[in-house]
Amino acid sequence: MTLAPDTFAFVADLVRRRSAIQLEPGKEYLVESRLLPLARTAGLLDVDSYVRGIRAAPHPTTLEAVVEALTTNETSWFRDALPFRALVDHVVPEMLTATTSGMFAPQLRIWSAACSSGQEPYSIAMALADVLAPSRMKITATDLSDQMLERGRSGRYSQLEINRGLPAPMLVKHFTRAGADWEIAQPLRSAVTFQRHNLLDAPPVGGPFDVVFLRNVLIYFDLATKRDVLRRVQQAMRPGGFLLLGAAETTIGVDDGWERVSVGRSSVYRLAPRRAA
Amino acid sequence: MRALVIDDSRTMRRIIVGVLTALGFETVEAADGRQALDVLEQGIEVDLACIDWNMPVMNGLEFVVAVRERKDWRGVTLMMVTTESEHGQIVRALAAGAHEYMIKPFTPDAVKEKLQLLGLVEIEELV
Ligand SMILES: C[S@@+](CC[C@H](N)C(=O)[O-])C[C@H]1O[C@@H](n2cnc3c(N)ncnc32)[C@H](O)[C@@H]1O
Ligand SMILES: [Mg+2]
Repeated sequence: MTLAPDTFAFVADLVRRRSAIQLEPGKEYLVESRLLPLARTAGLLDVDSYVRGIRAAPHPTTLEAVVEALTTNETSWFRDALPFRALVDHVVPEMLTATTSGMFAPQLRIWSAACSSGQEPYSIAMALADVLAPSRMKITATDLSDQMLERGRSGRYSQLEINRGLPAPMLVKHFTRAGADWEIAQPLRSAVTFQRHNLLDAPPVGGPFDVVFLRNVLIYFDLATKRDVLRRVQQAMRPGGFLLLGAAETTIGVDDGWERVSVGRSSVYRLAPRRAA
Repeated sequence: MRALVIDDSRTMRRIIVGVLTALGFETVEAADGRQALDVLEQGIEVDLACIDWNMPVMNGLEFVVAVRERKDWRGVTLMMVTTESEHGQIVRALAAGAHEYMIKPFTPDAVKEKLQLLGLVEIEELV
């Protein structure tokens, strides 16, 4: 089955405007496979007729569902491991030293931007739990997708998801069994608040942030959007705050307002002094 | 790196061996805990043991306990790979000396991520 060119053009444009995710020509298969379930649920046999129907009578929730269906939500616990080590070994000690000099609030404010189903913010909470009381961490987890936020709030994960990068000692310490699933337990659960947020909009409430995790999402954006998003993130951060990006992402060549700091075998980014107002 | 794959199911051993081979491991197989101890007693050095829980002759938990009693086998990283999935069982295995715990079924990525956490597989350098 091939997608009509105008179906692809319409969907690509809608998704670009609402999420900045770039669907380049050649991603027709992606549009088709992601939207087919929605078409079937609507009682239609193919994606072309589904999209034709949407174009004839656009409904906000349907448009949103289309955009959500085109997001890639792939994630895992402690993804790439190194950023979480950098957080515990480098960022937190720096922040705590700064606190005694009166620069930082007694509570560490962290923003997990584009958090998908919650593995990232909960991993941050678990990593910090070894060095910080849960009452001293406030983690704001945001995503564009309501479905993902719902999953994060539920704090429930299947066995297959649990297997993806969660160390067994962390599992037994912070999770309880819930039927065939596992559920994140208190007090870590309350350290994380989920909130809907589009990276194209003004920063979410909960800041200013000491640390921002912005991982594996810039890769979907074009250069102008990357710049724009990084600038907004900058505005949401406390001077001296740290930014952690995904394994294939960097600010270098995108926005020179950041300074790269090597930590072990990974890097974190810090607002360059001249820009840190 | 060498891994000892212990499971009474030949199919399961083949799956695990396949995943480990793709990650660059050399593998040795054993069908129960006793056979696995024989391998170690022959002086074959292994970095990792993937251990099923339910097996005839000697089960996985007994194997873990036996390995932990031997100073010269301290270097072996022990990962349970089992369908046993109760909270209390995982606690028991960790208390006995297992380092990691993987519940069946699993994906190759999940094995890789666990082994990265254990420092047995390189984490790709971040840009
Ligand atoms: C691949 S996941 C990354 C999850 C997690 N940060 C990680 O590294 O594992 C990308 C997430 O970005 C979200 N996303 C895409 N565009 C977005 C936008 N414009 N605003 C907010 N979130 C967005 C998607 O919904 C998806 O959950
Ligand atoms: Mg068995």
